[in-house]
Amino acid sequence: MSLDRDTVADIARLARINVADGELDSLAGELSQILNWVEQLNSVDTKGVEPLVGVGTAMAPLRQDVVNDGGQADAVVSNAPDAVGPYFGVPKVIE
Amino acid sequence: MSALSDLLRLDIASARKGLADKQFTARELTEAYLAAADDARALNGFITETPDQALADADAADARLLAGNATAMTGMPIAQKDLFCTEGIRTTAASKILGDFTPPYESTVSGKLKADGAVLLGKANLDEFAMGSANITSAFGPVTNPWTPEGAAAPLTPGGSSGGSAALVAAGAAIAATGTDTGGSIRQPAALCGVVGLKPTYGRCSRWGVVAFASSLDQPGPITRSVRDAAIMLGSMAGHDPKDSTSASAAPVDFEAALAGGVKSMRVGVPREYRADGMPAEIDALWQEGIEMAKAAGAEIVDVSLPMTKMALPAYYIVALAEASSNLARYDGVRYCAREDGNDLTEMYSNTRGTGFGEEVRRRILIGTYVLSAGYYDAYYKQAQKVRTLIANDFNAAFNDVDVLLTPTTPSAAFAAGDVDDPVAMYMNDIFTVPASMAGLPGMSVPAGLSAEGLPLGLQIIGKPFDEASVLQMGQAIEDAAGFDKTPRLLAGAKS
Repeated sequence: MSLDRDTVADIARLARINVADGELDSLAGELSQILNWVEQLNSVDTKGVEPLVGVGTAMAPLRQDVVNDGGQADAVVSNAPDAVGPYFGVPKVIE
Repeated sequence: MSALSDLLRLDIASARKGLADKQFTARELTEAYLAAADDARALNGFITETPDQALADADAADARLLAGNATAMTGMPIAQKDLFCTEGIRTTAASKILGDFTPPYESTVSGKLKADGAVLLGKANLDEFAMGSANITSAFGPVTNPWTPEGAAAPLTPGGSSGGSAALVAAGAAIAATGTDTGGSIRQPAALCGVVGLKPTYGRCSRWGVVAFASSLDQPGPITRSVRDAAIMLGSMAGHDPKDSTSASAAPVDFEAALAGGVKSMRVGVPREYRADGMPAEIDALWQEGIEMAKAAGAEIVDVSLPMTKMALPAYYIVALAEASSNLARYDGVRYCAREDGNDLTEMYSNTRGTGFGEEVRRRILIGTYVLSAGYYDAYYKQAQKVRTLIANDFNAAFNDVDVLLTPTTPSAAFAAGDVDDPVAMYMNDIFTVPASMAGLPGMSVPAGLSAEGLPLGLQIIGKPFDEASVLQMGQAIEDAAGFDKTPRLLAGAKS
């Protein structure tokens, strides 16, 4: 699979990563190289094979549905670039 | 050799004895490391040094030794990979995007070491978000391998991603260090720096408070100067944690006591597919020596087959990068320090992430985003997960017949950054370590010999799930037989 610059721009938009126009072609080349290499996986017959989601514990452990933490708003926002009291500040989203 | 450099050469087991016998205090041991810190600074092994914290920790350790409630880790001056969140101490993941992020909490594993009295020398350098095999993607500059040979055209890399941890332990700048391993990030740098690196079974150590790369693969573990030290340090790091639902509830094990078990009549599998792709002669020779060492120690060698070996690396890069693209979505300019303004919210996200992530991390997020996107999910991600099932089945079948597997850790000795010029070639470094990661198995690298250029090479022992004990026993047998006592050219305290 070879990616063109428009596809790379589209992936970058989905990933919310600003990529300069001048970088799209070289990035398309690099990403295509990696994708071409992983495509050897298609040669494996996986008919009837279940996907492995994770190793180890077969079942997620359950706990009582109770509040066991909280009241730490100051700590939660302590690293925010734009904390407004106990809130995260973001640029305006409503026109 | 002066008293100072003598202290810097001790492993944890010997330092524990020295402290218990009152040959020196924890403060003296820590001061020796701080005094020699300058010697190792050229390696760029630390992102943040914490000398004041170290002295305070050392005094607390001395009080504890005096009170008689010390543990095996009490007073041991260690480095924490800068992927472990440390309360009140900047944690960077070697990325610009975290800015001066200062966690208001402590990761479970670093907290356990702290509670056991370990001394924090600082936060070790790594590849950005643990993504790399040469420690050249750090936003804080590359790490240099202390083994760089005299007269070499360029310094060698220490491997990665736990390159700072491995370099510091090898250079005598930390008695031990934590690492994390997703596809080889503990074992590969340990091999290239001539130290011991143990990736425990997935779930043995809690991932809580460790900056996430690929959640179904990430696992913390120790990087140490001896196999015994790995057993001691793992004992402190391991254990169930209610805050990590994937941490195992397996009963605690005295890993150090398990070392006494030995390897007599242990069945050691040698996977024939590992030899397939033009293995360099000196790596093959080291492997043969390892097989002879295991035999001489009373183990039985068994030829085994892991047919999916070749597919492990491409499957890994799909699974790991898909998980990474999801995990790294949290760096949005809202919750952590770095933000680049934009005209609206989306532009702020894109600008923050466009400038905050380095090239390799950006490449990996984009691939991960692509393989998870509509229309490609089944072809890439689901197929990779199915291949992962087949890889795990291979290991299960092999372990019906053997107790551990023995392989080389890496396809080569340490290399210079410029020697590997494209991403896929760099990924090949993890060809021997990734299969065990995909199956969640414990694996350990033990230094076993030198390359023709005089650089360290490691052998890898892979075990059954939660059978670190057998891995450690075989590791001890290799360590005893190899008698690896070489030291790198750059050694802290050597001139004093």
